[in-house]
Amino acid sequence: MTTTAVEPDEVEGGGAGIAELLFRFRELGIVLALILVVVPTTIDNYRFIETTSVQQLLSGASIIALLAIGETLVIITRNVDLSLGSVLGLSAYLTGEIYVHYPHASIWLVMLAGTGLGLVCGVVNGAVVTLVRVPSLVVTLGTLYIIRGIDATWSGGNQVNSYSLPNSFNVIGYGTFLGVPYVALISIVAVVIASYAMRTFRPGRDLYAIGSNPFAATLAGIPVARRVFTAFALSGAIAGLAGVFWLSYFGSVDSTAGTGYEFQVVAAVVVGGVAIFGGSGSVYGAALGALLLYTINSALVIVNIASSWSLAFQGGLLIVAITFDRLVLVKVAPALRGRRRARA
Amino acid sequence: MPDAAARRELARSLVRWESALLLLLIGTVVLGSSLTTEFLKPVNFFYIGLNFGEIAIMALPVALIVVTGEIDLSIASMLGLSGTVMASLFAHGWSIWPAMGAALLVGLAGGTLNGVLVTRFGLPSLAVTIGTLTLFRGIAQIILPNNTIGGFPESLTKIGIVPIPGTQVPYSMAFFAALAAITAVVLHWTPLGRSIFAIGASSEAAFFAGIRVKRIKLLLFVAAGLISALAGILFTLRFAAARYDSGTGLELDVVTVVLLGGISIFGGKGTIFGVVLAAAVLASLQGALTLDLISPDEQHIVTGVLLIASVIVPSASELYGRASSRLNSELARRRRRGVLAAESGES
Repeated sequence: MTTTAVEPDEVEGGGAGIAELLFRFRELGIVLALILVVVPTTIDNYRFIETTSVQQLLSGASIIALLAIGETLVIITRNVDLSLGSVLGLSAYLTGEIYVHYPHASIWLVMLAGTGLGLVCGVVNGAVVTLVRVPSLVVTLGTLYIIRGIDATWSGGNQVNSYSLPNSFNVIGYGTFLGVPYVALISIVAVVIASYAMRTFRPGRDLYAIGSNPFAATLAGIPVARRVFTAFALSGAIAGLAGVFWLSYFGSVDSTAGTGYEFQVVAAVVVGGVAIFGGSGSVYGAALGALLLYTINSALVIVNIASSWSLAFQGGLLIVAITFDRLVLVKVAPALRGRRRARA
Repeated sequence: MPDAAARRELARSLVRWESALLLLLIGTVVLGSSLTTEFLKPVNFFYIGLNFGEIAIMALPVALIVVTGEIDLSIASMLGLSGTVMASLFAHGWSIWPAMGAALLVGLAGGTLNGVLVTRFGLPSLAVTIGTLTLFRGIAQIILPNNTIGGFPESLTKIGIVPIPGTQVPYSMAFFAALAAITAVVLHWTPLGRSIFAIGASSEAAFFAGIRVKRIKLLLFVAAGLISALAGILFTLRFAAARYDSGTGLELDVVTVVLLGGISIFGGKGTIFGVVLAAAVLASLQGALTLDLISPDEQHIVTGVLLIASVIVPSASELYGRASSRLNSELARRRRRGVLAAESGES
């Protein structure tokens, strides 16, 4: 009895070991790419690694990284959330409006309001996707424009400027603790928590199972609809919270805030090694992907390549990343299969 | 020639989805004419057609791609890129016709890139075309960072102002009509069309039936690139100006037309007639809202709702079935429990 109990454990451990190595290799690749971007840029212009510019870079990247956490949860379940940019924009505008009307609003209440608004958007997405069982691509493409439309109707061309925002709020955007910007700290904490939860807790593992094979997950007794719904709700809530930070970082908001972020976030997540067809990838990989994309954008400006190149780089990198992942998978899959057979 | 079963299937879907669309179209026209008396004037129909021409044109190849179970979100970026290429070559002293040819070649190349990545590398079309959506727009931005190019020959830019002589039909609508006729014939009355449906129903089964799945998908992506480039030329001439961000976000309208037209997002189902009707519905709806002075941003709410509704409604009957069966089983369980409780009460 004991041998049968140990053997599958061992096989599983072996399989996880190889997968682990692959994962690590995948994220090492991003770190390598980061070095490849940072070192030549620094040689070209040492100001790239000056404290303030690194701090700014971290703050900006952190907002994308926050969005990437939620998007990762959704993409791992073989869905996609394209409405994140609009949710962020709406939440940022709500935050601005709150301060215009109640200048002394508590910062915690404001964060709660932003998160709550995002949660509502996420719940709508999740409910339509899981109850009606229609593809998330279509639903969130629809809500992308609906939420943006609501934002535009509400703001009506208005802009909330930084002088309407209290200093205690603006400080979140530029303040630092031991040299690390607040936003980056929050983001790092969120990434660590989410990574741990996705590795350790049952619902996190369920998300991977659903993404690998939704049908098998159902047969295994996983509450698929509830988990997918939760992923969308969390993704919306995180985007709502990110909207609050977005406003404190940028200082002013109109109805175009966060336009096009959805594609940046999907690019970051996929570059970070999360499979677009679900089932594999990690939150910290996605966050690294966000950092890489944002660093490339900043580096382009520093080395005097017009910022108009950044969009093309993003698209190109996304395509290179998925092609690379695919080729690695094609190469590695037979080897993995062979090993498993040899063990058996 | 379609066999009897296919013809019956075609007839049945015509009865259902397309007739609903026709009602929706009538409803939209009634709504439009009740909002303003301008709506029913012939010149308004000219403007509606003009404003929607490129979207309707791009919806045709995308419809075929969605029937095979794939998707192309990069079309609107290709529209912007092709206009940018044509305009910047023109500004560099090329004459307009070779510049147009170059723009079409760019469309061909972009479509081939999408198609090769999807068919040869086996990548998901959603991820690929989100990538090329960004990439094409990015290349357009590199070519034309922040200026606008105009000054095209007036004989060509007049397509944005005047209809085809003697009618109220804009030139882009004439293109659309011709392309729609070709697409409809190909999809519904040729072996290629049957193959496209077969791929959408089951890619694997189609492969084993000897259909060249990869080649057909590649062909459709190339066609989408080419036709989007054509739409880009029309768009640029219509506004007599090219900018890198021309047509940003039009993929929403295109996807809405395709899905509202009854093309199933899961592939394998739909008609071009439905797509044409959906284009008419969305075009007149946007025309009516514009006359009612509702801003484009607010119109996005309507378009987004239509998009979501067009995938919810087809699965509504299934949803109802699922809900009622769940209710029935729950009732049965309660009844059983009630019986058990009664039995235990007796003993």
